[in-house]
Amino acid sequence: MFDKQTKATLLDPLLDENPIGRQVLGICSALAVTTMLSTSMVMALAVTGVLIASNVSISLIRNWIPSSIRIIVQLTIISSMVIVTDQLLKAYSYTVSKQLSVFVGLIITNCILMGRAEAFAMQNGPKASFFDAIGNGGGYSIVLLLVAAIRELLGSGRFFGLKVLPLVTDGGWYQPNGLMVLSPAAFFLIGGLIWALRTWKPAQREQEATVHIESPAHDVAIAVSPHPAHKRAA
Amino acid sequence: MSALRRDSLGYTVGFAALVCLVCAIPIAGAAVLLRPTQSENRRVDRLGKVLEIAGLMSTTGKLSRREILERFAANITPRVVDMKTGVYVDSVDAISYDQRAASRDPEQSEKAIENDARVLRVPRRGLVYEVKDSGTVKLLIIPIQGYGLWSTMYGYIALNADASTVSGITFYEHGETPGLGGEIENPRWQARWKGRVVFDDSSRVVLRVVKAATGPAATDPHRIEGISGSTITSRGVSNTVQFWLGPNGFGPYLDRFRNTPGRRTP
Repeated sequence: MFDKQTKATLLDPLLDENPIGRQVLGICSALAVTTMLSTSMVMALAVTGVLIASNVSISLIRNWIPSSIRIIVQLTIISSMVIVTDQLLKAYSYTVSKQLSVFVGLIITNCILMGRAEAFAMQNGPKASFFDAIGNGGGYSIVLLLVAAIRELLGSGRFFGLKVLPLVTDGGWYQPNGLMVLSPAAFFLIGGLIWALRTWKPAQREQEATVHIESPAHDVAIAVSPHPAHKRAA
Repeated sequence: MSALRRDSLGYTVGFAALVCLVCAIPIAGAAVLLRPTQSENRRVDRLGKVLEIAGLMSTTGKLSRREILERFAANITPRVVDMKTGVYVDSVDAISYDQRAASRDPEQSEKAIENDARVLRVPRRGLVYEVKDSGTVKLLIIPIQGYGLWSTMYGYIALNADASTVSGITFYEHGETPGLGGEIENPRWQARWKGRVVFDDSSRVVLRVVKAATGPAATDPHRIEGISGSTITSRGVSNTVQFWLGPNGFGPYLDRFRNTPGRRTP
């Protein structure tokens, strides 16, 4: 059904090129919203939705964007879509939007969106950009849900809000791990995840000698990526 | 299109303007079309908070919109009161009365005296909720609003029928920093208010939020431990409660309520 290139665009970001695991993008929201699976799920869907819309629309107009203002044009498009998403959540999923509070608005600053716009959508057609967005959104979602599942289970003994481990406070046996409900827990979990991933797939390790550090970590991760999709058109 | 033209100043400015215009359409559309649904959501959420501090809804098991409205109508009586005298104003329909809108209307409000809660205008008429249990009022729910660190915090404080002992406090709208000042929404912090006493023997508001460890309500009735990392927000909550329960807020109503027990059974 898909040719090899499309398949790679779609599936690579799930594991080999995972935006969080490999490219280390979008960490901020992964730390903030992963105390519960339900909020993480909405966040994952919102980011994936916005990513698809922004990638496709930026790709559609990529040949007309003046290069001197391309970043701000990308940001304008991304922020418009985030605002619309936020409005929709406030109208149709009010409790979740209250729980996510500022973090929906902060999707604008999620590095994955701008990273994909700049690294992929600016060089590729709308169809490829669409699959790239689904792949990267999926990769982000997998990590988000995994971290949230661990944090919710160990931190509050629940899975999707359902009681799994009876808590001591409710007369059960499980003493919840207080660290898990705090942001640093997500930091440790993601750190451990990246470590495990790179031990399992040594190809993901960055070759320090070739890295030219002059910008924040997420830019470096894009620049040194060996994947053809990241190479900027000369 | 040549690369040269695409980088010209005129093209760049024109392109930027076009992008802004096109992006403005969905944003404006969403904001206008979804506003009624959003404000209804906010209203139901606010009524849900009132149910929560009235002890009619647990904070974990959420009710549907219809259940909230039904339970509210069945258990809670909104009453319009005159702020200066504390008497009930039954000529105004309490169901549709909007105290926040009245505070903004120069006809229905007046300038507040200078206060630490940074309340600018006080409505002539306030809206309180009375919770009845077999005919007698068991809780008074008083609206409060005041400035924290960044924003005006809107909430309610519930008092027992002695019009002085706190039963609960809640906030339904604020823009304080999530995780710091935003912890005023934390049920565990709100639980510290229960059982504290607002007034001393001469009807002065003595309840306040302090930057110190406090004892249980029985031995330390007038102080509430503030939130660490949120000194200014905590102080704002303290000022807000003091203003609205004091003589320039709902003080006259509370005094009257306390001193005329016969009015508890209408």
